[in-house]
Amino acid sequence: MAYSEKVIDHYNNPRNVGSFGKETAGVGTGLVGAPECGDVMKLQIKVNLDTGVIEDAKFKTFGCGSAIASSSLATEWLKGKSVDDALKIKNTDIVNELKLPPVKIHCSVLAEDAIKAAIKDFQEKWAEKQAAAQTS
Amino acid sequence: MAVKLPIFMDSQSTTPMDPRVLEAMLPYFTEKFGHPGSRNHSFGWEAEAGVERGREQLAKLIGARDPKEIVYTSGGTESDNLALKGVAEMYREKGTHIVTSVIEHRAVLDTCRRLEKQGLTVTYVPVAADGIVDVEAIRGALTAKTILISVMTANNEIGTIQSMAEIGKLAKEKGILFHTDATQAVGKIPVDVEKMGIDLLTCSAHKMYGPKGIGALYVRRRGPRVRIAPMIDGGGHERGTRSGTVPVPLAVGFGKAAEICGQLMVEDSARLGKLRDKLQDKILSTVDETYLNGHPEKRLPHNLNISFAYVEGESVLMGLNKEVALSSGSACTSSTLEPSYVIAALGVGAELAHSSIRYGLHRFTTEEEVDYVAHRTIEVVKRLREMSPLYELAKEGVDLKSIQWKAE
Repeated sequence: MAYSEKVIDHYNNPRNVGSFGKETAGVGTGLVGAPECGDVMKLQIKVNLDTGVIEDAKFKTFGCGSAIASSSLATEWLKGKSVDDALKIKNTDIVNELKLPPVKIHCSVLAEDAIKAAIKDFQEKWAEKQAAAQTS
Repeated sequence: MAVKLPIFMDSQSTTPMDPRVLEAMLPYFTEKFGHPGSRNHSFGWEAEAGVERGREQLAKLIGARDPKEIVYTSGGTESDNLALKGVAEMYREKGTHIVTSVIEHRAVLDTCRRLEKQGLTVTYVPVAADGIVDVEAIRGALTAKTILISVMTANNEIGTIQSMAEIGKLAKEKGILFHTDATQAVGKIPVDVEKMGIDLLTCSAHKMYGPKGIGALYVRRRGPRVRIAPMIDGGGHERGTRSGTVPVPLAVGFGKAAEICGQLMVEDSARLGKLRDKLQDKILSTVDETYLNGHPEKRLPHNLNISFAYVEGESVLMGLNKEVALSSGSACTSSTLEPSYVIAALGVGAELAHSSIRYGLHRFTTEEEVDYVAHRTIEVVKRLREMSPLYELAKEGVDLKSIQWKAE
């Protein structure tokens, strides 16, 4: 199977590989997939608690080239978005951008799951503090 | 010396044709183009002579007493189909049970599935963690209705070599036919149908430096005389076992490839065994948490299969595929999204099955190529581990099994 140029580019030059401390202020972590399924994505967002904007994002992925590319692309798209806008990212956007073949669509689904999981974790951990910051 | 890229190290899938084989084949495409079945003119005679010489060369390589025991087919898949379906149909009165192993090639397994739909029963004997089929497990699976044991000589993924002579002895003792898919083994290691008590044997030309498009099924004629029902009806070629014009150039090439394998087997296997060991030692000693799949000794000398924990196989191949052709048991390289059933059958856990890489050296592999592949594999695995969340968790001391994974 031939890979699209964009998948190859993300695989060779993955954007935003790395980790934030899980307890750092404004950080939300999503860990999705399972080793026995051959795909695990860890995606983290760092939200500015004053503005609600995602200032930084990082990922680490165990999976095929398309899984790596999907999560790399997701971190690129997340940066600069508000949390609400980030929730609007759909797996089909990733499929279209990376030109994923049908057999790789699950990679994009996993990336969307990772975004949602990271945002959920962020909201659980920091929603109160964010609310406090915005009212003060 | 600079290494020429890309490097082919996927010889279980196919092998480059030996130039001497091509040379032997060429005249049979042009001036010696006759039909081997034409009995009344010289074009037919010389084509027939080529086909029969190929049969003799192949018979000699596998220790067959009589070249007539060789039936040409289109390849390994057809030979497996013909052996299993041919025996099932011919011996239906005698019995309806087949014993095979869980790590057979799909040409055997899927044929068995079809036979099951037609009313036969099949027992799939498991393998040990090293990929060896326990002969006693086969014995335990036999019933009064068993007509055939089918166990591959050497596995296409892990290279593990089965106890052929022992299985053959058991089959003889019980009066049951013994078929082996020896596609990966013939031409690489000694295979002798007499010494191993093999009644039916599958092999394929392109796995042994011959042309694609031709294979053979050895069918024993004496002690016992094995009879199989044909799958393809027609002009009654190959003594009625497989109708269809024998592709003369391919048969000539197959024979030549067999002859060369017979001459070079000792030398090739010793050289490739050393190179394979070098590749293995280099990788296993440099990269932590890498595991050899299959039996460490009882395996094909040119075969190496390693699982790299915490990285996914296809992503390793993707990092190498501009320079090196390899194969993986990763689900992402298959159309089914299931990881290799062979690696899974070893009980290593699906996550390591997703992380397996198969190396296949061949007659034209050089030491420089081996060094290059070892070096690049190590680089790519290290890079991928740096971006693996599993490696990070493991390094933090988290037991991956303690995590509640949310599977899709």
